[in-house]
Amino acid sequence: MKIVVDLAACQGYAQCAFLAPEAFRIYGEEALLYDPQPDDELTERVLRAAAACPVQAIAVERGQP
Amino acid sequence: MNNSGPERIVIVGASLAGLRAAETLRRDGFTGSLTIVGDERHEPYDRPALSKVALSDWVPPEHTALPRLADLGEVDWRLGMPATALDRRAREVVLADGARLPYDRVLIATGVRNRPWPHTEQAALEGVRGIRTREDSRLIRDLLDAGPERVLVIGAGFTGSEVASLCRQRGLAVTVVERAENPLVGSLGGVVGEVAAGLQRAAGVDLRCDVTVEALEGSGGRFRAASLSDGTTVKADLAVIALGALRNTEWLASSGLVAGPLGLSCDPGGRAYAINGMAVDDVFAAGDVARFPHALYEYEFLALEHWENAVVGAQVAAHNMICHSADREAHVSIPSFWSVQFGTNIKSVGVPTLGSQILVTQGSAQDGRFAAAYLDGDRVVAAVTFNHGRYLEYYRHLIEQALPPPVPVGVAEGNVPEDARFPDPSAPYELPTVIVSGRSPTSMRAQRVGAGKEHR
Repeated sequence: MKIVVDLAACQGYAQCAFLAPEAFRIYGEEALLYDPQPDDELTERVLRAAAACPVQAIAVERGQP
Repeated sequence: MNNSGPERIVIVGASLAGLRAAETLRRDGFTGSLTIVGDERHEPYDRPALSKVALSDWVPPEHTALPRLADLGEVDWRLGMPATALDRRAREVVLADGARLPYDRVLIATGVRNRPWPHTEQAALEGVRGIRTREDSRLIRDLLDAGPERVLVIGAGFTGSEVASLCRQRGLAVTVVERAENPLVGSLGGVVGEVAAGLQRAAGVDLRCDVTVEALEGSGGRFRAASLSDGTTVKADLAVIALGALRNTEWLASSGLVAGPLGLSCDPGGRAYAINGMAVDDVFAAGDVARFPHALYEYEFLALEHWENAVVGAQVAAHNMICHSADREAHVSIPSFWSVQFGTNIKSVGVPTLGSQILVTQGSAQDGRFAAAYLDGDRVVAAVTFNHGRYLEYYRHLIEQALPPPVPVGVAEGNVPEDARFPDPSAPYELPTVIVSGRSPTSMRAQRVGAGKEHR
């Protein structure tokens, strides 16, 4: 799957890093690093992370339709 | 244009702005033929990661494809094929292979490229590389994996500083050479630059400021060492060239549009200006290449190398390409950017270079954790945060309302504004990622681009 995070909007709440640590990591105090193409088997967790983001900064495209 | 609207749209540039424009066109109901031209062979991918996480041992540079946020329907992708001319009379985009793509509307989103190392022979040495594409990032990552004894980074703007940060994260020795007094001064001024220098040195970077690289030396075709203007030599296995960007406008030279080193001039709605000073109705611009007047900054023309500017500019331009003229919108979002380096999240809103003074309003610059406002007189025109990102929204509001800064609180209590120490715009320092260039479509008064050419 493909994702992109609007890092201008991201405020480092780190909800995503708790819900899908394979795809999102907090670096230093508040910076987010992420994998723009996480494994498809992580889809459910990544979608949950996107839904939980307090500033809705995570945009997702799910596999091929 | 006919009443039924455009039927053929060509987007030149297959990166973030090009993709977001295509999505907006389809979402707004454009059902005609859509062609996307890109000089790279890849479908759109995200670049910010290439100098950050893609150089770590985690996410590889190939994992950066951008998600499609709308159904693009049928698209004629022309990838790996640069555009070489815009024939406005025939309304055709000319490609390098001679193909001519007819359009009713065209979007120019050809972005920027790296300013090359000025000496061609030295630049051709193995182990000398800039970073802009996936392939650049892959090559540098592989060279970092090979465990070089030292990495040389030339230019301490955001990209150079990020690469140096990754080197230290990997435990590699790194020397950064910057001709200005401190890193990041072109974008954030000397006060913040001093803080950035402190971060670099605390992380173990061998930072050399007020110094230039005079020559890159090699043996057997491989880069081995650099000689500096202070008479010293730095031995290294890899030289990362990070001297800022040049706008990809040369292909528009005969188009009759206002296109040059500072970008393609367009109005706030993205319509390109012709050299007679009039906006045209069928050519639009977005992303790093666009130079547009910003309502919030008294219609100063800005060219912004920022992610969010590419997204919003593309959405505005795409909307305006197909809507009724009464429904056109202006690009008025506040510039913003971020960088991650040495464990610090650096974020900014507004245009710092338009401020002459800086006031640290929260936290402490010495500790590397703070928020600061850039002031033009009494008014906040920009703000920057180091590990204080969540306060930025508040400053965005102050900028939008043209308000004065807040009274400094906590450890910042008692701070007063000081000179932000931006370099003379005509001095050949590291380029800012925002270029401010006057209020006329054709004036292009700032000289930063031409002056920077002499960087050695």
